[in-house]
Amino acid sequence: MVLKIFFPTCCNTADSGLLIGRWIPGQDSAVVLAVIHYPFIPGQVKKYLSETQNQSQVDLAVLGSWSLPKDGQEGMDSFLKDLSTIFPNSRWLQLSREIGKRGFACQVVHNRITPPDPAQGGTDKKDQIIFIHYDQRKVMLSQLHPIHEESPGEESSELRAVFHTVAQSGPLFLLDRYDEGPLKLTHWQSEGREASIVVELSKQASVPLCIVLTWLVSLWQCGIRILNIWPVQFISSKMSTCVQTAYRTNHFQTVFSTKKATSHMEFMRKANIFVSFLVDMSLGLLLVSWLYRENHISQLANTLVKLSLYRFFLYHIHLWISYIRLMSPFIEMILWYVGLSACLGLTFALSVLSDIVALLTFHIYCFYVYGARLYCLKVYGLSSLWRLFCGKKWNVLRQRVDSCSYDLDQLFIGTLLFTILLFLLPTTALYYLVFTLLRLVVVMFQGVIHLAIDLINSFPLFAMGLRLCRSYRLAEGVKFRVLCEEPGTPLHLMMEINPLKCSSVLQRYRTPTYSCYPRDSWVDLCKKLFMGELIYPWKHKTTKTD
Amino acid sequence: MAEKNEFTDINGKAILLDCQNYSSFCREFTVSSPKVSLCKVIVCTCSVWLFAYAVFFVTENTAVLSSAIIITLVGMMMHIHLVKVEHETLLIIGSLGVQLSTSYASGRESTTFIEMSRIKDIVINEAVYMQSIIYYLCILIKDSGDPNGIASVVPLFQSSKPRLNCLVQVYKSCQAIIAQTR
Repeated sequence: MVLKIFFPTCCNTADSGLLIGRWIPGQDSAVVLAVIHYPFIPGQVKKYLSETQNQSQVDLAVLGSWSLPKDGQEGMDSFLKDLSTIFPNSRWLQLSREIGKRGFACQVVHNRITPPDPAQGGTDKKDQIIFIHYDQRKVMLSQLHPIHEESPGEESSELRAVFHTVAQSGPLFLLDRYDEGPLKLTHWQSEGREASIVVELSKQASVPLCIVLTWLVSLWQCGIRILNIWPVQFISSKMSTCVQTAYRTNHFQTVFSTKKATSHMEFMRKANIFVSFLVDMSLGLLLVSWLYRENHISQLANTLVKLSLYRFFLYHIHLWISYIRLMSPFIEMILWYVGLSACLGLTFALSVLSDIVALLTFHIYCFYVYGARLYCLKVYGLSSLWRLFCGKKWNVLRQRVDSCSYDLDQLFIGTLLFTILLFLLPTTALYYLVFTLLRLVVVMFQGVIHLAIDLINSFPLFAMGLRLCRSYRLAEGVKFRVLCEEPGTPLHLMMEINPLKCSSVLQRYRTPTYSCYPRDSWVDLCKKLFMGELIYPWKHKTTKTD
Repeated sequence: MAEKNEFTDINGKAILLDCQNYSSFCREFTVSSPKVSLCKVIVCTCSVWLFAYAVFFVTENTAVLSSAIIITLVGMMMHIHLVKVEHETLLIIGSLGVQLSTSYASGRESTTFIEMSRIKDIVINEAVYMQSIIYYLCILIKDSGDPNGIASVVPLFQSSKPRLNCLVQVYKSCQAIIAQTR
């Protein structure tokens, strides 16, 4: 059988001592986590191991001995062999390395607790050994995808077991060879402790800050509960500003909660929402700073007033014109204050823009509805009277066309009405066509704005940043490289982390949003337009409401 | 120990198979495709530029020429980064798994590793490809639900498409290693 030993690169030059790690159950492999140096007392080693085992839930054991003889340390080898009797185990690894050579030598001593299996012939076959070198820090921080949420009892995958073991062994890495204590260990922390004062301080400061923010968010939520009362709810579900506010409030609840994230997905979601919110705010502030410079607000007000007036429409209601003329001196001031809302984020500014467009083009919507209803009535009337002309009738019970014998007066009136409707058709169709085109232009514009909002809401910025800057944190798998070997030594492989592809990152870590997407296919849309049915092309995916 | 052999692919072009024997249970097979030919590059760029010059002659717009240059450059970069495969590697490590790696002409490498516990077998399969029938080497992946079933098939050496004599050599070595370490 081939025996696989996962060896951390930080222990390549460690002083002689004992190997601490874990035998992976069911597979012929072992993960080395740290090396305990001389001198040590075996009783203290056992006590330390049992303490760490309780803290980390990983079944640690002494795997064997490691020997890197330096000057003045000859005679260690015989001492090392005797250690296998102190730490009983079914297998004892004796790894050794000479300075100047790159390969390791390994000897496996089998302590037969159970008698050898007669089916195998009773003799020990010569074990073939592979050394797989891994970067301990990267493997500890990495998350292997696809993520299995359930706690691994029986790991069928060897690599998953290795990643899980290293990630859970945090308590083992607290003691170091430079600490004053009974035991001196070498692991990834020995290369230099990694910590940042800024990170630690912000961690300490974040807890009271989170409490204050959660309290503020709950106050705000009580305030906007007023939007759930029936008449107001109808309007607020149509206005994208209110929808966006509700969505963001939900997010704040998730991010500012004082509970620490337990699983990887929860942590990534929190981080994505937080980073996305920060970027949104900064883009909004940038927009505000651009808008309020060089008099852009008054230019915008002028354009809007011009657009909403009789640029394209000759059939404007007189009341609407006079209303706009009355409002035009105030529009600039209103816009100034509304523009300040862009401080809450670019998505907010875009949703306000979408709502302003919807309000200003409300008359187009009204005309479209009138024209569509008239046209629809006309088309139904024409089709029904055409059937009468042909001597057929629509059977509502059977949902099909049946033949029918009409009286003479029915036929006479029917034909008359048919002729009238037919000659009025071009006029109605033209009105319908014009207003539908205008409505479609407005709808497309709103759709583009909503797509932009959706993109900003759902893009996982933190996950993408992690993938670009610390690509080992999100792992799709591993890759192996054969290290140049010397003849006679076992095989050495270098295990590196294969980062997740960018498209997979986007797919897995997308924040779910109330995205709007087209309701009908192109064919259905054309059919509805032809028949004169009212079209509402964008459908909002409603989130669960209580 | 390295061995280099010359074979042909299904279209008749020469490919190179390189076998590296790291140990009795670890082998690496590299299939190298022929490099980008200078003739093809020259023909492509000349035709694009002649066409652009003809359009310029008709329309008298210099933007046509600069856009033709940009299109040629971008097209060549995308071709060597995304399409042109330099070599494909199969590294089989007994009782650990199989690693497939594709390296492109721009130096980009894309790697996947399949653990031995997921592999059912490595076989040579036949496929109908356009108007001919070709052989290809593939890895059968076990199905987690059904112990006798196959969840998916991963084909190997897809860009270089070697012929049966090359595949048989790789197949024999892989089967020897799998049998030895199972």
